[in-house]
Amino acid sequence: MNPMQSKIETAKAKGKVALIPFLPAGFPSRDQFWKELEQLDAAGAAVIEIGMPFSDPVADGPVVEKASLKCLEDGIDLAWIFEGLKARKGTFNAALLLMGYLNPVYQYGLDAFGADCAAAGVSGLIIADLPHEESGFVKQAMAPHGVALVPLIGLNTSLDRMRLYAKDAQGFCYFVSVLGTTGQRESLPERIREKLTEARSIFTIPIALGFGIKHPDQLANFAGLMDAAVFGSALITHIATGHTSTQFMEPWQ
Amino acid sequence: MKKGYFGDFGGQFIPELLMPPLLELEQAMQTILPTEEFQTRFIAMLKENVGRPSAITHCPNLSRDLGLDLWLKREDLNHSGAHKINNTLGQGLLAKMMGKTTLLAETGAGMHGVATAVAAAMLDMKCLVYMGATDVVRQAPNVNRMRLMGAEIVAVESGTKTLKDAINEALRRWLSDQETTHYCFGTAAGPHPFPTLVREFQQVISREARQQFMERNDGRLPDVVVACVGGGSNAIGMFHHFVPDPSVAIVGVEAAGTGEPGCDNSAPLNLGTDGILHGMKTKLLQTPQGQILPSHSIAPGLDYPGVGPEHAHLHATGRATYVTINDAQAINAFKTLSRREGIIPALESSHAVAYAIEHRAELKGKSVLVCLSGRGDKDMAIVDSIL
Ligand SMILES: Cc1ncc(COP(=O)(O)O)c(C=O)c1O
Repeated sequence: MNPMQSKIETAKAKGKVALIPFLPAGFPSRDQFWKELEQLDAAGAAVIEIGMPFSDPVADGPVVEKASLKCLEDGIDLAWIFEGLKARKGTFNAALLLMGYLNPVYQYGLDAFGADCAAAGVSGLIIADLPHEESGFVKQAMAPHGVALVPLIGLNTSLDRMRLYAKDAQGFCYFVSVLGTTGQRESLPERIREKLTEARSIFTIPIALGFGIKHPDQLANFAGLMDAAVFGSALITHIATGHTSTQFMEPWQ
Repeated sequence: MKKGYFGDFGGQFIPELLMPPLLELEQAMQTILPTEEFQTRFIAMLKENVGRPSAITHCPNLSRDLGLDLWLKREDLNHSGAHKINNTLGQGLLAKMMGKTTLLAETGAGMHGVATAVAAAMLDMKCLVYMGATDVVRQAPNVNRMRLMGAEIVAVESGTKTLKDAINEALRRWLSDQETTHYCFGTAAGPHPFPTLVREFQQVISREARQQFMERNDGRLPDVVVACVGGGSNAIGMFHHFVPDPSVAIVGVEAAGTGEPGCDNSAPLNLGTDGILHGMKTKLLQTPQGQILPSHSIAPGLDYPGVGPEHAHLHATGRATYVTINDAQAINAFKTLSRREGIIPALESSHAVAYAIEHRAELKGKSVLVCLSGRGDKDMAIVDSIL
């Protein structure tokens, strides 16, 4: 079983929603980034999602975009991410997941990327601009390295398309809560319940809800329909305004 | 060949959340485009609103100056002043028949934005245009035209504040508004089916030009066909019906920027590498780490770090040749065509005209048919600031 799935199931067995915090690599600064990761890990994250910065992040809202572009300016690249993770391999309790866009991964070389993921203790990959139709070559390149390509689905994903993704998905399924980009929202759309129920009937792996999530209260409606929550923009804003990851994680315990 | 690919290039590298509207569009291309209702209305709009067929014009003075036989396909004479309207009326009508109520567009030079605003006004739809903040300033006349026709303009402040970033923002908006909104993509690039859809609406350029040229030249074909390449829509429209003619040389002109070594440019076919951006695998200006580089051209409509996938394919197979023209050469062509033939070309189209001027030695005695993709009124401020 992919480590992301087992970590989520461990939380679930304790009656908890598994926590998946997201931070762009190198945010808020090169050094502080690793300290934030340690805090998130210590606060019980099941999976830590690390953003690979890209110049043109079309699936992201302004908060993540701004943070990623700043990291790019600071010279953050895949080599820096892998080097830092390799140096800390085995120190995280959480499973590690990289998130980004296809072009930087493609330029790095898919096989080299998969090999470095394995060497760095990364067990999952989200590529925001890679739908099922184009994903074959990436899955094939990642499989030998034990890196799962996490599917993203949402409110407009038909049952038929969910089945395409479910066929060989591993780790967990990422359910995007809004028709839009990443970013905080006060309320989540009503239709999520119905679509989550559909997703539950099709995926056997855990389901994580993400995009727009900042507080556990938002999830009360979806108990039993999801196993994990992903939060990014809210955490970034929290850190950018001078607070700590540890504080952010408290209400979630 | 894989669906949506031209050789190795193309595809649909786009978030899953945008797949349903892309599939819906693909479906509509099969069910609506071929219908008599669509075809009848579209042909009528091209005739009565755009003024098609557009003329071809022989350039006697410049031909004599250059020692070749220069012809122009006059897309600048279209209503709203460029080839863009062929595409926006086609996509607009398709969207209307799909039941959409809003046309969303990105624009660089503003010509596609203006043409989308025309389509939306004609079809009684809403119009929303994303434009880089830099372009809003340097193409101000077009911003006013769009507003006058009822379009809402959003100035994009992120990234390089030009066409690339306008596309990013428009894609984000489409993601949220996909139910009511059609993304009227402005060039033969982006995810499948846009490169094919836009070519479908622009191929009228070469369908007419090929026939018109032969009528004027005792059934002979031109020796060389030339067009400027931004995203590649006027060029693919100009090339399409000449691709099967082995005797016709096909030349696309990319923008070299200032032309200094290592300068920002807009010539991904000449200077770029394979990569993925805006839904397509194509040639891109990028760092070795896969970050997209800022582009530059004095012609805002060419100022883009990528190119439509069919051009990447025609480049790879060698069927078309792609050359570069720099800012100064384009300005010279802008002035020369104005002075010698009384035609003020868009700065984008000036790059194509400049090819005939700069390469006159190797083109000696040949017939050269250039796509004059648009008129230059919008560029007076840019050129004034340099002259
Ligand atoms: C007059 C004119 N020509 C050419 C272009 C470049 O676009 P494309 O390469 O899609 O024809 C533009 C774009 O705005 C334009 O306005």
